[in-house]
Amino acid sequence: MNDFLAARSQMAISLGFHIIYSCIGMVMPVFMAISHYKWIKTSEPVYKNITQAWSKGVAIFFATGAVSGTILSFELGLLWPKFMEHAGPIFGMPFSLEGVAFFIEAIALGFFLYGWNRFNKWFHWITGIMVGVSGIASGILVVSANSWMNSPAGFDYINGQYLNIDPIKAMFNGSWFSEALHMTIAAFSATGFAVAGIHALMIARKQNVLFHTKAFKIAIVFGAIAAILQPLSGDISAKNAAEKQPAKLAAMEAYFHTQPYSPLTIGGIPDTIHKKVNYGIEIPGLLSFLVYDNFKQPVKGLDTIPIKNQPPIAVTHIAFEIMIAIGSTMMLVGILYFIAIWKKRSWLSKKWFLNLFILSTPFGFIAVEAGWTVTEVGRQPWIIQGVMRTSEAVTPMPGIQYSFYLFTAVYLILSIAVVFLLSRQIKMVPELYDRKTEPELT
Amino acid sequence: MIFVVTAFLFSAIVLYFLLGGADFGAGIIELFTSQKNKQNTRQTSYHAIGPIWEANHMWLIIAVVIMFVGFPVVYSTMCTYLHIPMLIMLLGITARGTAFAFRNYDAIKGAHTQKIYNRVFVYSSFVTPLFLGIIAGSAVSRQIDLHATSFLDAYIFSWLNYFSVAVGLFTVALSGYLAAIYLIGEADNEHDVRRFILKARIMNIFAVVFGGLVFLASEVENIHLARWIFGNPVSLTAVIAASVSLAASWILINKGKRKIIRIGAGFQVTMILLAVGYMHWPYLLMVKGGQNLSLFAYQAPEKTITDLGLGLLIGSLLILPSLFYLYYSFQKNR
Repeated sequence: MNDFLAARSQMAISLGFHIIYSCIGMVMPVFMAISHYKWIKTSEPVYKNITQAWSKGVAIFFATGAVSGTILSFELGLLWPKFMEHAGPIFGMPFSLEGVAFFIEAIALGFFLYGWNRFNKWFHWITGIMVGVSGIASGILVVSANSWMNSPAGFDYINGQYLNIDPIKAMFNGSWFSEALHMTIAAFSATGFAVAGIHALMIARKQNVLFHTKAFKIAIVFGAIAAILQPLSGDISAKNAAEKQPAKLAAMEAYFHTQPYSPLTIGGIPDTIHKKVNYGIEIPGLLSFLVYDNFKQPVKGLDTIPIKNQPPIAVTHIAFEIMIAIGSTMMLVGILYFIAIWKKRSWLSKKWFLNLFILSTPFGFIAVEAGWTVTEVGRQPWIIQGVMRTSEAVTPMPGIQYSFYLFTAVYLILSIAVVFLLSRQIKMVPELYDRKTEPELT
Repeated sequence: MIFVVTAFLFSAIVLYFLLGGADFGAGIIELFTSQKNKQNTRQTSYHAIGPIWEANHMWLIIAVVIMFVGFPVVYSTMCTYLHIPMLIMLLGITARGTAFAFRNYDAIKGAHTQKIYNRVFVYSSFVTPLFLGIIAGSAVSRQIDLHATSFLDAYIFSWLNYFSVAVGLFTVALSGYLAAIYLIGEADNEHDVRRFILKARIMNIFAVVFGGLVFLASEVENIHLARWIFGNPVSLTAVIAASVSLAASWILINKGKRKIIRIGAGFQVTMILLAVGYMHWPYLLMVKGGQNLSLFAYQAPEKTITDLGLGLLIGSLLILPSLFYLYYSFQKNR
């Protein structure tokens, strides 16, 4: 494995794990705050129990997300020093604000986790809300920094020099809104489905049914609404990619030849040598329609982009197709949930209905990983779109493959530990959180 | 605005050293606690740092962000030549943070799993400040060679030298000292108070010994730390102030004045950092051949520094009051 590939792989592994920890870390506090609110309002103990059980999950994910985020903030410099040297002063603004948001999140979490029976109940509740709000703000800010790499702004690139730097313009670059919107909704839908799926499993096993039913409901309402909204934000993202990163869009769609009535290809395996897609279904005009709102206007194909500036087409296309397939499935499952609560309440306790949600547990996160692959692989060979190549940014230090192996092992161990701890939390629900008497917790 | 930004950078480093250091120190104290008292130490540090440790580590993030936004060339040079110690430090931070969280949030407190968390926690609490110190020492040791051609010269001997390692050990001892002082005030029985006082004294002795080693190693490596520090009035005053407060805290420690000794310990460490910080100000990174990287010469463009400074000022208005309230709320017997 050469150093460049090792550095890219290490970054991919780090982001791939961090994105899961941080999605859960930013969305679970919101669920927790809803349940906490219901406890304060209704005094039903089950809501207090759910809040406390979830808060343990939040603590585990926050700790893991915080350390993996620390790793990432250093990895930017450790693996891509040339990139940080030039990009730091331009796209650093959202990072410094993210540092602030992250700090507030850590403070609020300290108050919330250790504040039971210590503070005014509304103050305590607000600290929980602050964990969620600052978590979501952190997420939006980090994604805004990433969006700058996709649509660089806030500087002039003249003769290899980065001049007239304006960090605020860089922060509000052309892609920040579509990317932040898409990622935030994705976090809600992925976490909502994952949490709901686990509680559905416990309902199906007939354990602490009331507890798990209430918990399921809070999570799935967010998950389902987000899953239904996501295609709309996806449309905004695709239109934005067409404008800012035509190569990425063309690779996503495996769209080789520029033509009017540009077709949308569903599925298929791209053949880059013969520049065609095998086994895909082509729908003429649909790509034009999605990008320009009319069926005729040609979308820029891969033939307009020099080979040396093209991203890996097969990976981008297949990741994109996975994201779309799973996203659509989640949307349908979300719609089914609303049909059930409005028209068919009998479904809610049916085995097949619960199984649907149990099956969907990992879907959101698979889609998040696929979407992240599209964003990052689709930007290659650039680290700053059109300005700096990823290969120019990599550290001169040799032997990066060993650090890649090391970090892969670290993330695997961390993930196994997190899954282990969560399963123990779930196993202990009857003893710790859902006893007949008031549970005693610190 | 550059002064605001550098002031924030220096404060973030000092605060991380004090608060993060005390945090690591809790693990170091636990490492050097006899088996029969370990559980007590664990309980005390859980109550003492549980609510605040995550926040304590945010100062590192703030420092890193200021570095890569405001002083990108200095940051990328450090990241390149000190890649390996930074990597080890990151592994330490990861292991320590997760082990501390996991041992508290494991729903089943099994003897075997707790043992694993405890081991990981105490060893990483030792390794992380050791490497933080090594990184800090290397930054000013003039051992980083921008023209090195071999792997060893460029990426190993940049940090593996007597001076950096001595600074690392000194950092470990100071962290343990800070933690012991903090824990004295958090202990809930006389026996533990006695124990932590003893620990504070031992750590203090270690700090003095390792501090001496730092000077000795600096002579071996041709850094002439003594001449630098005693050659400028600010560093000299700071070193004298640190020594006086050391002597004072040695006496006051028995009188149960937990607030005063805490302030004293914090002051002592701040003075040490001020002494070294002022000594080579504004050079944050000193490399072989004298091409030192000055914070002023290598600062980011004007507009970035202004925006960064404003962001930090506004951010600190949000952070500081809530942080103080957090500390205040979770103090023992407030």
